[in-house]
Amino acid sequence: MSRLQSIAVWIDQRLHISKLYASTAGHTVPANAGSWWYVFGSATLVCFAIQIVTGVCLALVYVPSATEAYSSLEHLNYEQPLGWFLRALHAWGSNFMVAMVSIHMAQVFLFGAFKYPRELTWITGCVLLLGTLGMAFTGQVLRFDQDAYWGLNIGAAMMGRVPFIGPEIVHLMLGGAIVAGETLSRFFTLHVFVIPGLIIALVSMHLRLVLTAGINEFPEPGKLVDKETYHEEYEALLEEQGVPFVPKAVDKDVVFNGLMILAIVGCAAAFGPEGPNGPPDPTLIHTVPRPDFYFLSVFSVLALLPPYLETVLILTAPIIGIGLVFALPFLSGTGEKSPRRRPMAVLGVVLVFLTLGVLTYLGTYSPWSPHMDAWSSEPTPVEYVKGRTPLELQGAIVFQNKQCRNCHSLAGTGGQRGPAIDDVATRLTRDQLIRQVIQGGGNMPAYAKQLSPPEVTALVAFMETLHPPGVLPARRSAEPAVPGPR
Amino acid sequence: MAERETGRSSGRRAPTAAEVSRRGVLMKVGVVLNLVAATLVAIPIVGYVLSAFRTRKWQAWIALGAVEDFPEHQTRLAKYVNPFRVPWDGETAQLPCWVRRLEGETFQVFAINCTHLGCPVRWFPESGLFMCPCHGGVYYQDGSRASGPPPRGLYEYEYKVENGTLMVRGGRLPTLQESV
Repeated sequence: MSRLQSIAVWIDQRLHISKLYASTAGHTVPANAGSWWYVFGSATLVCFAIQIVTGVCLALVYVPSATEAYSSLEHLNYEQPLGWFLRALHAWGSNFMVAMVSIHMAQVFLFGAFKYPRELTWITGCVLLLGTLGMAFTGQVLRFDQDAYWGLNIGAAMMGRVPFIGPEIVHLMLGGAIVAGETLSRFFTLHVFVIPGLIIALVSMHLRLVLTAGINEFPEPGKLVDKETYHEEYEALLEEQGVPFVPKAVDKDVVFNGLMILAIVGCAAAFGPEGPNGPPDPTLIHTVPRPDFYFLSVFSVLALLPPYLETVLILTAPIIGIGLVFALPFLSGTGEKSPRRRPMAVLGVVLVFLTLGVLTYLGTYSPWSPHMDAWSSEPTPVEYVKGRTPLELQGAIVFQNKQCRNCHSLAGTGGQRGPAIDDVATRLTRDQLIRQVIQGGGNMPAYAKQLSPPEVTALVAFMETLHPPGVLPARRSAEPAVPGPR
Repeated sequence: MAERETGRSSGRRAPTAAEVSRRGVLMKVGVVLNLVAATLVAIPIVGYVLSAFRTRKWQAWIALGAVEDFPEHQTRLAKYVNPFRVPWDGETAQLPCWVRRLEGETFQVFAINCTHLGCPVRWFPESGLFMCPCHGGVYYQDGSRASGPPPRGLYEYEYKVENGTLMVRGGRLPTLQESV
């Protein structure tokens, strides 16, 4: 025996690794479980490992104190050799982890792997999903900049809506009365100690369950899950096509994970780290706080919900949603596994991803937010001042000066909170324009107190000129149809 | 005596009634001891972790500046330092608020936080509106709700003018159930 072999035997006699191998990495799986559809679970685990490694590296330099966090982030970006790259790896690792855990969950759902006897695997997986999202939120906070500061205010405001104990929950979350030093320490503890500990414990349980229940066989249309006969059928399948997971059915996992790691490294190198976006100084109020991409859908929902529904939905929708997801194995624990025979499951997944996708897309440009600087930085387009009378030009000045441009666009520039004003003359008559400006309506405030009568006259005169060439302006039905001035 | 000696050397004789009850008593004493110890450890730990949960009155009178710093019929940004700060708060201890002076010593002091979900609102004197950058909440100059998702008007601080200085009662983050 060579030197190396005798060392290996010495270790194995004490640790019994080879015995352990047969029941873990080398355990028997159905050969059809070595599919490309099955790679996402190990991909999530690899992402988690990357996050732990890069997280430990970042913690060597990062200071979790409200006074120093921002400057330690800048130090990582600009002074620490390759600090920017570690930050980028950690940020992109988290993006990929959220993506992988979502895809893994969708795949498990579509392949019926939550059904008997894998209910507990599904439930631990759901808790792991919540843990991952918790890590995403707390991690965002540790990048202690303006987005994080105001994001914490938003989180606290949501918690403040809980009936009876809302204020107490807010104080518990903030570690005090406001977002300050104690808040950051609290979130650091959660992000570095509490939630990773929970995740590691639950992942171990999750993996053990995968081993004890066996990996889900590739679903066959027409083959129903029957509690009486499932175990015998599974054993028969293992007899027929069982192979050791390592090395016979792990090849696609290895390839996908390698590609994914390369993707994370590539994104980190190409796009660099996220922020930090401005020092967390509450007196810097000219800020536009935004969450990281995975929470943009929540951001959009909170902007679009009507006020009367908001508290109810914020408090109940997550509980009902999470409850349904946890209860899934008990609602649908037997029957068909194959997605080809489960159209509602496929439809559900498509709807969820479509909704999240649309909401995330809306969140990237947030049409409901006024463009705070449009009134002073976007000039009136040249075509709308050519050939106007002096009164109409005064109206154009009023339009800019009163921040109308913050919510209304002209020639594509300006806010999108209200309709574009380029063709307003074709939609509203003069009287309707006067009423709308003075009284407001819909989502528009009233400007009666801020506009004098001559200003209203000038503004409406200007808006009456805004219509596409050749298109008739709006008119009262009693008026004859006469082409507009221009 | 001879029985005992034989028992000791073989190590396989069945335990006597006396030995079983001694071990059992020791176990029970040990369990009770550990329950007491666990309680004595748990109570302070739970108290420590949940200390912020108990409602403390986080409010104090804060000076915002001389009344002359706030011209009549104008709304200006004022800044103050959190009266309950800890040394490592850094910049987060400085908080802004909007002071609107009507006439004489009549004021309205608004919290910076939008009543929808807490983002900082911006004042535009030309249009007399506060606008929120997050979800599009808009308020009139008197703080009442103009449009968007906010469920109510801006939070207002209780204020008083003492020796020519404007003072407000504050120190905590305002939420829908517990104003500023």
